Amino acid sequence: MQKLVIIGAGMASGRMLEHIHETDPAAFSVTIFNAEPRGNYNRIMLSPVLAGDRSFEEIITHDDDWYAQNKVTTRFGERVTGIDRERKVVIGEQGEVPYDKLILATGSTPFIIPVPGHDLPGVVGYRDLEDTNAMIDAAANQGASAVVIGGGLLGLEAAAGLRMRGMEVTVLHIAGHLMDRQLDEAAGYLLKLDLEKRGIKVMTEANTKAIVGEGKAEKVLLDDGTELAADIVVMAAGIRPAGQLGQQAGLEMGRAIKVNAQMQTSDPDIYAVGECVEFDENIFGLVAPLYDQAKVLANTLLGQEDAFTVRELSTKLKVTGCDLFSAGDFAEGEGREDIVFRDPKRRVYKRLIVEDDKLIGAVMYGDTADSNWFFGLIKDGTNIEEMRETLIFGPSFQGGGAAASDPLAAVAALPLDAEICGCNGVCKGDIISAIEGGVTTLDGVRMTTKASASCGTCTGLVEQVLAVSLGDGFEISKEKPVCKCTDLTHEDVRRLIKSQELKSQPAVWQELAWKTPNGCHVCRPAINYYLISDWPLEYQDDLQSRFVNERNHANIQKDGTYSVMPRMWGGMTTPDELIAVANAAKKFNAAVKVTGGQRIDLLGIKKEDLPAIWSDLNEAGMVSGHAYTKGLRTVKTCVGTDWCRFGTQDSTGLGIKLEKKLWGSWTPHKVKLGVSGCPRNCAEATCKDIGIICVDSGYQISVAGAAGMDVKMTESLVDVATEAEVEEWVSAFMQLYRENAKYLDRAYKWVDKVGLDWVKEELSNPDTRKALVERFDISQSVYRKDPWADHIRNRSEQYQHLADLTEEAVA
Amino acid sequence: MSWVDIGTLNDIPLRGSRIVKSPAGCIAIFRTAEDEVFATSNTCAHKQGPLSEGIVHDRKVTCPLHNWVFSLETGEAQGADEGQIATYPVKIESGRLLLNMDAVVAKVA
Repeated sequence: MQKLVIIGAGMASGRMLEHIHETDPAAFSVTIFNAEPRGNYNRIMLSPVLAGDRSFEEIITHDDDWYAQNKVTTRFGERVTGIDRERKVVIGEQGEVPYDKLILATGSTPFIIPVPGHDLPGVVGYRDLEDTNAMIDAAANQGASAVVIGGGLLGLEAAAGLRMRGMEVTVLHIAGHLMDRQLDEAAGYLLKLDLEKRGIKVMTEANTKAIVGEGKAEKVLLDDGTELAADIVVMAAGIRPAGQLGQQAGLEMGRAIKVNAQMQTSDPDIYAVGECVEFDENIFGLVAPLYDQAKVLANTLLGQEDAFTVRELSTKLKVTGCDLFSAGDFAEGEGREDIVFRDPKRRVYKRLIVEDDKLIGAVMYGDTADSNWFFGLIKDGTNIEEMRETLIFGPSFQGGGAAASDPLAAVAALPLDAEICGCNGVCKGDIISAIEGGVTTLDGVRMTTKASASCGTCTGLVEQVLAVSLGDGFEISKEKPVCKCTDLTHEDVRRLIKSQELKSQPAVWQELAWKTPNGCHVCRPAINYYLISDWPLEYQDDLQSRFVNERNHANIQKDGTYSVMPRMWGGMTTPDELIAVANAAKKFNAAVKVTGGQRIDLLGIKKEDLPAIWSDLNEAGMVSGHAYTKGLRTVKTCVGTDWCRFGTQDSTGLGIKLEKKLWGSWTPHKVKLGVSGCPRNCAEATCKDIGIICVDSGYQISVAGAAGMDVKMTESLVDVATEAEVEEWVSAFMQLYRENAKYLDRAYKWVDKVGLDWVKEELSNPDTRKALVERFDISQSVYRKDPWADHIRNRSEQYQHLADLTEEAVA
Repeated sequence: MSWVDIGTLNDIPLRGSRIVKSPAGCIAIFRTAEDEVFATSNTCAHKQGPLSEGIVHDRKVTCPLHNWVFSLETGEAQGADEGQIATYPVKIESGRLLLNMDAVVAKVA
């Protein structure tokens, strides 16, 4: 009987032993060494042990009985100190063992980052039962903290386990997003949210500087000066193949012990398997290829022909509630195309990467039900051209022939309980019932089921359900793209800016595949607005993406001169202000016009005079009236209880308060307010974007009026009792409009699209309302300031010509 | 050819424009996203809108008054509109912007 010696009782050698004993138990007399004082166990199940979901006993794959029954001699807890290839013996701490065939299965060791303090007690890797037990012990102290260095698979499993045991856990990751090898930024972002939801703190781009403590780890210091308390520090920054024995024995080495496809090293009697090998310049850390190698090695030893090949790998994270999958290659590259599906409400993200009509990579988060099917397509290199249109919906949508490439067929194939509208929880069956009840239009579906009546992202799906049900009786209205630079609609772009956290125009152009280098006059102002609205603190307003009026903070006239209109709060002014306005008008030779918004317009000002006239008006305490913006214009008021014998409330005072709160804010289109002191409505509040009518009992707030190309009366939003409530509701409405409307949709158009009921529902929820007000206030902390004063200070030279060559010799 | 120094590239906002007064009227000097410079008449061929106030995209500008789009390279109106604005040679030398006066003068003559 041939003598087979195995060094290392890990997952690969365990699996190999099983193969040998299943096929030919009498082929070898086996001795197995293991430095750990135990036999083979399922190492990848240490995470459930850490989390307390399993006991160690449950993850042992080969117990003492098994070794005894299969006549395997075990030398557990004994290190191998060398191999003598001449004499063909393995030298253990307690004596030599001769071999005919030797297998190195020494695995890997955790990479311990050599920062100062890395050798303190309390700093552990995450590799074996000892490490796991050290973590479990550390978690036994109430309120103890752990720092996990490394936001890859292993680190996150450690973090989740420690958190389950009640520790305060911080994960430090050096890259910009978690699991950067397996996930793209978007999926990494969703993962971070999920981990944070379970109370795990995640810090990306975090560089560890040192671990400090008296005799044991107590704190982790970062490059940026952050200090984190740590009763235990888990290093999960990667693994290194443990190939020292092979190197000492003089075997051919790369980054690990080199083997051929039969797992044979440069010595024909020595084989290697698992994480300690290098094959074809690959090294291995996941379990699937290890099992493949084990099978190949068993067959080789038993004289059967077999060869190891590197397979496509997929990754799943064993953390409950974090459903992610990644496989193949998902880097961007020339000739590669992405198919992306996102459902922000359900936090689902799926991205497929296609090259030459084949699926070459997939990243999924939140819904990985179809991951195996996608993985199969990647492994088999299936041509997906035919099913490309519906590929992302998974196998249940793939019929055959023409049906497979028809999105309508995909919708037809949806079960009745498939959710169509996430906002309102409307499933396909509800819409079908509505259609059977006589509904034939999108608006009808919205009215009867509420589907597509909220965020509107499911509008396309609803229309497809209509089309499938009504056949030729329904024509899908094609929502228009923003402009020729993109196929996306305004709604798509707004959604993607939020969900992908796009915070600059170049990010939008790049990530949303703009067809032009830097947009056009149609999309640039829209994108600029969306970024201002969504990221007030991060995004820097781009003046070169604004229409001339908003760039120069004055209204351009047909002759190229400008009109200048200072703010008159609530339509009130003073003799001093009027004198300043009159002086300015004289000095700059302006035409003077009293406007419908209760202010005074100075027309015919030359561009180069703008800073000077603003400066004069500033000196009199007046600021820009924003008469040129898609933003808050005026708050028109009547004289209210101050003077009027019918007035019920202080409408002027309330109007001024509102104007002082709202001024400077940017909105999808202009916003005008009116506040009337009684239902006689002298301020004409009921044709404004927001109108307030004072009554004895309080204030009637109505919205979505119009008095331009369309004339429309406002609709009642809510009646409230106090001025404070008016301010809250009005700010919240402004913010809801700012966050959701399409650029250049006036409030009435937007309300018509989303439905007043939805607006009311959102705003009636006190939490939603307060959150909206809070976001509005954050934005106002940046934008509630006088742009005139700012331009006088910072860019007055831009109002002058660059050079004057009129005197340049014409000769 | 006589080149006249009119300022530096940084005097013009990125994707923006400034004007130079000349015997041939106002000339708009444009700076594109790629830091190229172009000089054209400031006056739109349609209703004389000030092109220097338009949105600059790619190598084009959109007139602020009625959205006519002109190529900065050729001065030709884009799309369905028909019209032409004058263009002038301009170049950057060691950070300075130089405008060709001969072309400007020729326009006046």
